[in-house]
Amino acid sequence: MSEILGHFESYGGRFVPEALIGALDELEEAHNLALVDPEFQRELKHLHLTYTGRPSILTEVKRFAVHAGGAQILLKREDLNHTGSHKINNVLGQALLTKRMGKKRIIAETGAGQHGVAAATAAALFGLECVIYMGEEDTKRQSLNVARMKLLGAEVIPVSAGSRTLKDAINEAMRDWVTNVDTTHYLLGTVAGPHPFPTMVRDFQKIIGEEAREQVLELTSRLPDAVLACIGGGSNAIGIFHAFIPDKQVRLIGLEAGGDGIETGRHAATITGGSVGVLHGTRSYVLQDENGQTVESHSISAGLDYPGVGPEHAYLHDIGRAEYRAITDDQAMAAFALLSKTEGIIPAIESAHALAGAINVGKELGPDAILLINLSGRGDKDVQTAATYFGIEL
Amino acid sequence: MATSLEALFIKTRSENRAALIAYIPAGFPSQQGCKNAISALARAGVDAVEIGFPYSDPVMDGPTIQAAANISLQGGTGAAEVFSTLNFANQAGLPAVVMTYWNPIERYGVDRFAQEIARNGGSGVVTPDLTIEESDGWKLATQAAGINSIYVVAPSTTDDRLARVTQRCSGFVYAASLMGVTGTRTTISSGAQSLVDRIRKTTSLPIAVGLGVSTREQVRDVAGFADGVIVGSAFIKILLQARDEEAGLESLSALAQDLVAGVRQGR
Ligand SMILES: Cc1ncc(COP(=O)(O)O)c(C=O)c1O
Repeated sequence: MSEILGHFESYGGRFVPEALIGALDELEEAHNLALVDPEFQRELKHLHLTYTGRPSILTEVKRFAVHAGGAQILLKREDLNHTGSHKINNVLGQALLTKRMGKKRIIAETGAGQHGVAAATAAALFGLECVIYMGEEDTKRQSLNVARMKLLGAEVIPVSAGSRTLKDAINEAMRDWVTNVDTTHYLLGTVAGPHPFPTMVRDFQKIIGEEAREQVLELTSRLPDAVLACIGGGSNAIGIFHAFIPDKQVRLIGLEAGGDGIETGRHAATITGGSVGVLHGTRSYVLQDENGQTVESHSISAGLDYPGVGPEHAYLHDIGRAEYRAITDDQAMAAFALLSKTEGIIPAIESAHALAGAINVGKELGPDAILLINLSGRGDKDVQTAATYFGIEL
Repeated sequence: MATSLEALFIKTRSENRAALIAYIPAGFPSQQGCKNAISALARAGVDAVEIGFPYSDPVMDGPTIQAAANISLQGGTGAAEVFSTLNFANQAGLPAVVMTYWNPIERYGVDRFAQEIARNGGSGVVTPDLTIEESDGWKLATQAAGINSIYVVAPSTTDDRLARVTQRCSGFVYAASLMGVTGTRTTISSGAQSLVDRIRKTTSLPIAVGLGVSTREQVRDVAGFADGVIVGSAFIKILLQARDEEAGLESLSALAQDLVAGVRQGR
């Protein structure tokens, strides 16, 4: 496969106003230079060691595994990172690039608020001005994270256009970027968007899989049978998948948000239930109607509530290297409760989709299987949503 | 064979003036309302229309055009309505192009879309988010259909890239007057003229300036250095704010007449 011009075969590329080409070229060049610059790598590594809390640990969850066919289940604990999710890996990388490009202002979109919190955190750390775009609907269901971003000194702008969720926050961030591109870096939070974002964000997230592959080998003396992760835009999934792509015997399984069920049309399972199209500057799978209008997605999880998906996942799907399945809201919430009660770990609702997938895959593969799951985030931000779902009075 | 758009620029060049091009989304304020607006624009002496294909995620558009696109989408506008509006403009004697984000074209089928534009008398298509790197299939499709492919360039576009983009253009080159989204502005940035000057060094195609142009004075100023002036949000604002469609059409005609005069005062 060639990554020339940011393509994954027919996927990826750049579908953006000409006004952004200069900034995308500049970013691509800064990233390419950083990849081979030992000083950049040293700086990022130091930040991960002393600020993020990397390497993140691996936790075996035996009591949970009883409900998953008795397979050996290992969680890659990205929830223990500073700010509570994998998003910080990408944010610190891009914040360092922002500094190198001499830009003083970052903007970002956020759904669950985890990327927004991570971006606001990096802005505070590096002394950058920070504006976060967040769908109005998401500011309500993730109000705790809105407060966190504000405490960190960021300005949070609720977006009331369209479906008032992540997709519209991205639109608004792109409009800001077109207008302020000279001074501003758009710190995109996932492996979607125009080139170089899908490749660059993957490069900053692939540390998850690199660490986990060594950790699993050390612990079990073999590779896992399957690696599972939830899919919003796809960054935590590509992050844990990437190191395993050459290991053909390892199944890579992405869990999409099935919402109320694919058959209801109310879901965010872009690969399972969508078709090929262009959204937010990249060609991939999209939820769209016959006129190419984006269809609103639905998920209990704000971080997965996105009608697009990163182009590399579209490619991995088409060549059969990775599989994608849908998990409904109810399945995810059952797994959320199960992990909380059996292991004392409250996962993000996003990550609970991967856990629900593991319950099924564990039963399919049986007790000899080893499953590696990316626990992409912790559930503090979801307490309100979960309490409402389970009828707990606050 | 020259498209009607190409013929228009030959004519306006011979008259030593710029052309006035009006933008309106198909299906806005309603299917018939849009056609009535096009008739009014034609009667007022506007030279050409750009018909917008409303899209759910218009990242190049400010609040005014977003609002119009929403109304149009709620009214059920799709490809069929866009082509019907194009056909209407052609019947009204106005050179007409469609402006659309890329995904609706890809969804409809690249070749089929270009053929439908031609079949409905359209001169071409403006594609604000199609980069030249992704445009090979579109180039073939538009050539086969005999229509113009119009790309948008920006003040940030480097000279080297300008040359490559304008080489892919036909009909005219769309110069974005500023770094930003569509919407009315109180002043036209000085960057517009220097962008037009830089484009001229790469091509002999007509150059039309759009984004933020809304008043007679602005139209006059831009007409001094460009071959075409594109006005969108100013017309749409009038229709959005109007008490009813009839009142909207009256104000629309008044503004159009004013701008038609402005475009003739540039040189
Ligand atoms: C904890 C967590 N996991 C997963 C996601 C989904 O994003 P991605 O698919 O890019 O990893 C999010 C997004 O907000 C998140 O907060």
